Amino acid sequence: MVETNTRVLENVPSPFCGIASDDLTIQVSGNTLKVLENGDSITVAGFEQPLTDTQPRVAGKDVTLQEAVSAVAGLLKAARLPVFSGFGTDVNDTRAALSLADRSGAVLDQARSEGGLRNLLVLADSGWFATTLGELKNRVEVLVVFGSDIESDFPRFYERFIWPQETLFGQDAGKREIIYIGRAPSGEASTAPDGRKPVVLPCALEDLPAVAAAFNALTHGARLQATHVGGIAVADLAAVLERVKQAHYSVFTWAAGHLAYAHADLTVQQLSAAVVALNAGGLTRSAILPLGGQDGDRTASQVFAWQSGYPTRISYARGYPEYDPYHFSVARLLQSGEADVLIWISTLNARLAPPATHIPTVVIGRSGMRFEREPDVYIPVSTPGIDHAGHMYRCDNVVCLPLHKLRDSNLPTGSAVLAAIEKALEE
Amino acid sequence: MLTKLTGGRVYDPAHGINGEIRDIYIRDGRIIAAPGDASPDHEFDLRGKVVMAGAIDMHTHIGGGKVTIARNLLPEDHRGDQAAREGLMRGGCGHAAPSTLTTGYRYAEMGYTTGFEPAVLPVNARQAHHEMADVPLLDVGGYAMLGSDDYFLRLLSSGKSQEEINNYVAWTIHSAQCIGIKVVNPGGISAFKFNQRSLDLDEQHVYYGVTPRKVLQTLARAVHELGVPHPLHVHGSNLGVPGNVETTLNTMAGIEGLPLHLTHIQFHSYGTEGDRKFSSGAARIAEAFNRTKNITMDVGQVLFGQTVTASGDSQRQHANASHANPNKWVCMDIECDAGCGVVPFKYRDKNFVNALQWAIGLEIFLLADDPWRIFLTTDHPNGAPFTSYPHLIKLLTNKSFRNDMLATINPDAAALSTLGSLTREYSLYEIAIMTRAGAAKLLGLKDRGHLGEGAGADITVYTEQEDKEAMFARPDYVFKDGELVVKNGEVVKVVWGNVHTVKPEFDRAAAEKDLKSYFERYLTMKMDNFIIRDQEIENDGRSKIIVHPCGGKA
Repeated sequence: MVETNTRVLENVPSPFCGIASDDLTIQVSGNTLKVLENGDSITVAGFEQPLTDTQPRVAGKDVTLQEAVSAVAGLLKAARLPVFSGFGTDVNDTRAALSLADRSGAVLDQARSEGGLRNLLVLADSGWFATTLGELKNRVEVLVVFGSDIESDFPRFYERFIWPQETLFGQDAGKREIIYIGRAPSGEASTAPDGRKPVVLPCALEDLPAVAAAFNALTHGARLQATHVGGIAVADLAAVLERVKQAHYSVFTWAAGHLAYAHADLTVQQLSAAVVALNAGGLTRSAILPLGGQDGDRTASQVFAWQSGYPTRISYARGYPEYDPYHFSVARLLQSGEADVLIWISTLNARLAPPATHIPTVVIGRSGMRFEREPDVYIPVSTPGIDHAGHMYRCDNVVCLPLHKLRDSNLPTGSAVLAAIEKALEE
Repeated sequence: MLTKLTGGRVYDPAHGINGEIRDIYIRDGRIIAAPGDASPDHEFDLRGKVVMAGAIDMHTHIGGGKVTIARNLLPEDHRGDQAAREGLMRGGCGHAAPSTLTTGYRYAEMGYTTGFEPAVLPVNARQAHHEMADVPLLDVGGYAMLGSDDYFLRLLSSGKSQEEINNYVAWTIHSAQCIGIKVVNPGGISAFKFNQRSLDLDEQHVYYGVTPRKVLQTLARAVHELGVPHPLHVHGSNLGVPGNVETTLNTMAGIEGLPLHLTHIQFHSYGTEGDRKFSSGAARIAEAFNRTKNITMDVGQVLFGQTVTASGDSQRQHANASHANPNKWVCMDIECDAGCGVVPFKYRDKNFVNALQWAIGLEIFLLADDPWRIFLTTDHPNGAPFTSYPHLIKLLTNKSFRNDMLATINPDAAALSTLGSLTREYSLYEIAIMTRAGAAKLLGLKDRGHLGEGAGADITVYTEQEDKEAMFARPDYVFKDGELVVKNGEVVKVVWGNVHTVKPEFDRAAAEKDLKSYFERYLTMKMDNFIIRDQEIENDGRSKIIVHPCGGKA
């Protein structure tokens, strides 16, 4: 690439990191991107993925876009129960996919919904008291991390929100206290600038439900006869409770994907109930902050919910949206043999590939995807935030970042391809 | 293409037309004068029909994150009201927090062509626009929430000039692509984050030291001096608190003659008389309203059944959460900007408080003299879903029906209400004012809410019936920007609406000088990424931004 074509862009938002960092500096040389400042392992991989595939393929052979679109329409016309998944993409692509799924009588399931449902089921059953990253950054005095290793999935979480140089209300962020319950942090990001390590109350994954229940019971004023729960001294849990009661503002956080055990939603519910009780007492303020937002999961959940009424695992098979967190799991429908076409949409993460199945598989995805089994149709499309402008919801479900076009790849957008398929179905 | 609507009985209060037989001509989406000899390409024979401009809901929660939280909170509500894919309409769900697509279809089916989201958190404005963009058939707009955001409270408490505050207010309207400014529980949402559980009109915020009265006066003055047509849209202090009629009267009196719009006034009109220390303050509110010409208000009528309350007022919503039915709720602290609370409610006619709330709203409607200053709302979905508007219109236009309903509610509430003695029946002309002409005037919509030359051709045609609920539930025709979109109550074409905004003049360089650094140091996104550019709304080719003029400095 000649030097004159090289540009350096600042304040670039990342659609990859879940916390939507928008302070990246990126060098663009033709179609090659390089993160110069504020990158991390996840954003660098996301932006620097090379542009390779530019031609659609049907049965592994290069075809025109129109031929690929016709092939997908043909598969959908013949299908009895098509399923759409992946959904690692932006708002407009999700809108287009919903429209096509509605017309096709399909089932929709975001690829990361298994983790997301651990939160959504609690929201729909009992609600909660939540907060956002900006409140966290300026207000938190005590952060309780439950059963999760934040920095492995969110490398810049502590740098951006826990240890800022300044806060709005005169708090010295460097004095904040971090308490890990269940799992120790994998790195040093949670270590305070003055060298203080977080408090860690370790326990096994399978003991997290009991620990959460014990903590919630203490919050509600119960006296426990047991001295230890999951190897953690009840006195230590009581000390955590006393500490958050003393704080003006505390936040309980977790990455639901890390709570990978059966009925983890009940654990989330215990923590949410504890926070509700802390606020109800009138002595302090507290809130939860479930983390996620990677691979477009919150974006999909939001668009699904406002257009259909339900956040994920939706079926249009009966002509209206139905929600069932068990029956409309795409993984389950593939395993049971009920699904007969898989439409996989992943425009952000080239590594978010579809499961290898025996049914016809269509991938509308990022250039450079690698497959265990070559899909019946692969249409490489442009990536929001790199090849075209778009929108991305970050983990707190409130802030939506604009994504900017950084280069001219000449790839079609996912939404244009999905709309073309829908049009072909009408013909 | 020229379309002629022939011989309808026209109600166009903006032009003083009260049931006159008129022809209306439409060309290129606009109403035009009679075109002389030109023969129309299409003609609709409207003899015997009632013709009004498309209705405008000036306060309806149809966008912004809290509605989607409500959707996620209440899957059972959707299961009870599935909206199947039918004809041109995609699948969705209805009732308390309908899906966006269904929202648009159902509004259009009732003859509504415009709706305004009254609580756009600036930091969440993209979501509000995303959701509103997915409401088909409806023009939309939003009021940006200020008054509990740290930056404003900081400006106020540090004694910055009104001019500096005006600059920030204008910057916010531009950045959030809104048409007005809303304040919710002035300062109270912020106070709650500092664990202050209530904040009365003259009480000091524990951190900033400012009072809600000061917040109201400063924001009302800013909106006025910027020439924004819609006065400051006020959700006052003490929502839902028995005795809050005093706060509301104080708010009216204490605004120093500045224009003010008091929203969902029903929830702010409670006395403390009687054994249960809960009574109607409607008469006092209406009396003050009738003599205070700078005040406008919408009612937020309660109607019975299941709904969900979705509000920016996290402080009051948290206080009321114990009444949640079903027993679940969500509150949020949001980005040092605002908050929200989503609490489902089931209003029951046999419940004393609910029944009195119903009566208080109707009392206010019937005691308020000037329909140009009061607006028909349920504060959807807070008092009831918007789909209950035809029922509400029947209550207002038919005293016999109203009294029949009064006889069925909690008898103690009925006995304490003066509703049975109120004989007023709203006329079709007055309904057209409240739901069209008055709303357009309040918002400064030059080209909506009337049927004069140059208006956007949003037109609704009804068959007059004795049963006004039936009449307003199912128009014969609805035209959106001149296109026939509903026929005999059914959607026959899907178009996408416009986004109504204002863009008051201000000194951007002065506003952004400090804001840029504030964003860099304290917030979680860059200032440039906070601002919503026109192309973000218009680029997908569906929505078009309409900018309405602002006046100069008063």
